[in-house]
Amino acid sequence: MRPVASERPVLDPALAPPFPQAVLPVLRNPQLRKNVAHAIDVIQAKRARLVAEKTDWQELRSAASAIRMHALENLGFYLELFEARCTAAGGTVHWASDAAEARRIIIEILRQENASEVIKIKTMTAGEIQLNPFLEANGVSAFETDLAEIILQLGEQEPSHIVVPALHINRSQVREIFARRMGLKDLSDDPKELTNAARAYLRRKFLTIPTAISGANFLIAETGGVAIVESEGNGRMCLTLPQTMITLAGIEKVLPRFQDLEVMLQLLARSATGERMNPYTSLWTGVVPGDGPQRFHVVLLDNGRSSILAKTKERQTLKCIRCAACMNNCPVYRQTGGHAYGSVYPGPIGAILTPQLMRMHHAQSLPFASSLCGACYEVCPVKINIPEVLLELRAHVVNQERGRLSRFLDPLYLGLRIASFLFANAWSFHAAQFFGRIGLGLFTRNDGWIHALPSVGGKWTQTRDLRGLPPQTFHAWWAARGPRPGTEAK
Amino acid sequence: MRASLFITCYNDTLYPETGRAVVQLLERLGVELDFHPKQTCCGQMHANTGFRGEAFSQAKRLVRLYRDAETVVIPSSSCVAMIRDQYPGLMDELGNDSLRKDFAALLPRVYELSEFLIDRLGVEDVGAYFPHRVTYHASCHGLRGINLGERPWRLMAKVRGMELISLPNLDRCCGFGGTFSVKNAEVSSAMLAVKLQDVVSTGAEYCTALDNSCLMHLGGAMHRQYAGMKTIHLAQILASTEASPAEAAA
Repeated sequence: MRPVASERPVLDPALAPPFPQAVLPVLRNPQLRKNVAHAIDVIQAKRARLVAEKTDWQELRSAASAIRMHALENLGFYLELFEARCTAAGGTVHWASDAAEARRIIIEILRQENASEVIKIKTMTAGEIQLNPFLEANGVSAFETDLAEIILQLGEQEPSHIVVPALHINRSQVREIFARRMGLKDLSDDPKELTNAARAYLRRKFLTIPTAISGANFLIAETGGVAIVESEGNGRMCLTLPQTMITLAGIEKVLPRFQDLEVMLQLLARSATGERMNPYTSLWTGVVPGDGPQRFHVVLLDNGRSSILAKTKERQTLKCIRCAACMNNCPVYRQTGGHAYGSVYPGPIGAILTPQLMRMHHAQSLPFASSLCGACYEVCPVKINIPEVLLELRAHVVNQERGRLSRFLDPLYLGLRIASFLFANAWSFHAAQFFGRIGLGLFTRNDGWIHALPSVGGKWTQTRDLRGLPPQTFHAWWAARGPRPGTEAK
Repeated sequence: MRASLFITCYNDTLYPETGRAVVQLLERLGVELDFHPKQTCCGQMHANTGFRGEAFSQAKRLVRLYRDAETVVIPSSSCVAMIRDQYPGLMDELGNDSLRKDFAALLPRVYELSEFLIDRLGVEDVGAYFPHRVTYHASCHGLRGINLGERPWRLMAKVRGMELISLPNLDRCCGFGGTFSVKNAEVSSAMLAVKLQDVVSTGAEYCTALDNSCLMHLGGAMHRQYAGMKTIHLAQILASTEASPAEAAA
């Protein structure tokens, strides 16, 4: 039995409680739910408005999907091209097969640089490999420079969204964190004042720390360049002031051509923040003497991605460009926020990505954390059929668990197995209906409704009633009606 | 015109009045209906919970049963979505050539009820009379799964006496999701609460849909909370006339 979610959420899929348990503290926290639903509704409406003004939106989605799939299906070629071009431009490319190797490469670079401090541009990939605690344990302090990440770092909280990581925190909560951690007793919750406080804090970091770590929105094979899109200019600062830049990127982030950005950038900002264009788009290629970082490293991270790539239906997961439209439009995420997903990748994309990155050792509850409503697929700018992958992963989970006694005795699983036999023949199905009516009849009250059921049925009746089974099934009515097509039924 | 009715397992068991309404409606429109007595389930519940082998057995059964049907009409968009979205994968993975051939031939002859009325019969005005305030819940499978589009509204617009009130946040899921409603009961209930608030805000007497599964979810909460509203499958509204009003709804 895994522990019930504690006050502070765990974003390590190996340790996080299963989704149905992890949601409980959130569902009991009205402030958190209000913050999440409000933020989601605002972003969702902005996105819908801006998408509606693009007459070629569906064509753009198809193009983006084709570009991403082409890159994935020729990934080896494009990664080697990227490596060659990046190296030729003065960068150094490292290959990391898993999280531990990526961490080791990064700490070795930092040791060569004698760095005891680094500044960071927001990167989910660093969260995936748990980089910050590792650096801390190895004597390197990492400072976040994205406003939301600063709030989380100073407030000792975890991100709950991939684009707006502090979405679960409201303004007055930010004020409290800044006032406490920056020693600003008189700080108000005026957004301008809060931003200025962060700005003053950040300037000192930018001016004194010569080493930076970033993720990548895109790697461009044709040029060997890296692209970052952001809203605050902190990325631009990290790309100009430091002497050394280390970029950590999943191997799936590669685009074949520079021109492909044209398609991606039209889709990304609209899908992510509901903006026509994000305020800052930075592109850099290798090292330019006298301009920006003079030492540039790219760490290409596999960490399970190759095994996803090998599977036909699951491969599309890697098309993701991390826009978060899926979670912004997800009715489950709207209720739960991101922490319950137990990973830096929450929401629908997290529900398929996390279990695959972790090779299904855990996170087995995540593929079931969806009502399969399809909203994620509808809004996905690169057309990832998330429901299809969820179903694929559900089948994997069930196959893994087949034959385990705990599963055999699980009332829902047992019920499904029995149902499968009953559905195999009409006579057994009809017998099940007959006995089901008698069985449920014991729980049916005088008003004709069932108010409480035992076992797995109790999960239904905790919030809903169930109408008692009617005395005559449809097929019995049809049979009693006799062979009189065309005549009016009684 | 001939059509074979696949009533679906849960309509057969829980909502026979929907089946009776489909019969009344289609026979009134001159359709010669038959009902295969050996039908059971499309396999959706198993497929959606990860029991792919079991789902395939049911899919195979359904394809074989309806191999010779002229058309199949199904008053449940989620079961139609199952056949269109998931059967192809199941057939590819687990079926043989003859089954795949039968399925490919059957697929274009499978219709959801509103598709059957509009695309196959070419009718919008089915002669219905339903003097009530109604709001329509566009189920996820109807809306996104099989893209019913304007069809339900075109049918409802022609129902005499009915006042149709639009439902806010129409495209948002009610939280049912099959076994999701019990595997993730707390989240499902939270989603249901939000949806029910929207439904009740319309002030309608009835909430209708083309999926009794969503209506079972919504209706169960309405009954629990004394919401003063009822649910009714659209087939029952369309079958209803002055002479023969809809059967008492749940």
